[in-house]
Amino acid sequence: MPAGTLYRGREGMWSWVAHRVTGVLIFFFLFVHVLDTALVRVSPEDYDKVVATYKTPIVALLEYGLVAAILFHALNGLRVIAVDFWSKGPRYQKQMLWSVVGLWLVLMLGAIYPVLGHAARELFGS
Amino acid sequence: MATTESTAAGIGPVEDGSFYNVDNPAPVIEAPRKRTRKTPKSTRGNFEMAAWLFMRLSGVVLVVLVLGHLLIQLVLDGGVSKIGFAFVAGRWASPFWQVWDLLMLWLAMLHGANGLRTVVNDYAERANTRLWLKGLLYTATVFTILLGTLVIFTFDPNIR
Repeated sequence: MPAGTLYRGREGMWSWVAHRVTGVLIFFFLFVHVLDTALVRVSPEDYDKVVATYKTPIVALLEYGLVAAILFHALNGLRVIAVDFWSKGPRYQKQMLWSVVGLWLVLMLGAIYPVLGHAARELFGS
Repeated sequence: MATTESTAAGIGPVEDGSFYNVDNPAPVIEAPRKRTRKTPKSTRGNFEMAAWLFMRLSGVVLVVLVLGHLLIQLVLDGGVSKIGFAFVAGRWASPFWQVWDLLMLWLAMLHGANGLRTVVNDYAERANTRLWLKGLLYTATVFTILLGTLVIFTFDPNIR
């Protein structure tokens, strides 16, 4: 292949890829989440047993990943709406993406203690 | 082929309006896809446009519903550690949270299902593959929406 012909995309393409990947991940989680919540119709014991696994350190890390996916999808989704409906949206799409990434980073830093704190206490003692 | 008179398709004379007149009208060119009495009123329908709009409208609502849900379940009041049957019972005692969760369930499932429909349309090239993947998708979606709705409406805090 001749050099320089492969389209590597830029902010627009990679945000599209990330939006798609996070969207599919969230959707698959949603199926599982409706099923586990449906256990409240079976018995309190069964529900609590499954939710207990959600409080383990490994699943806490998965929850942090879920929060990461949802926050990016939500913030970038608002950016997509701005690009579609705001007359200056397409012109500022890059700036908006970096704003999304910045806000996402801040929120993810803020989520460390609430989402992972209990796992750290369990692993390293309080 | 000497002058403009012999080139009926000539562009110049048409543009300055000197070639065609009332007695010598320009030929009518039939549209390549002419609407006839047999043509349906709309050949494509507005489904894709409605789906596009739904993604944006439901998206805005879901940002509020889902981020609020995450805040309550994972951040406030001890985070995930407090969740249990008693916590669910306490929240679903209020119609406000029942409606919140019901709306979130429907909007998120339909939003996600339409997103995955787009993904299937993009990547599954054979018509048969698309048919089966979408059949599976729609079946799972309808099942999950109905199950979730049933659970919210028939929840019994004194089940045992």
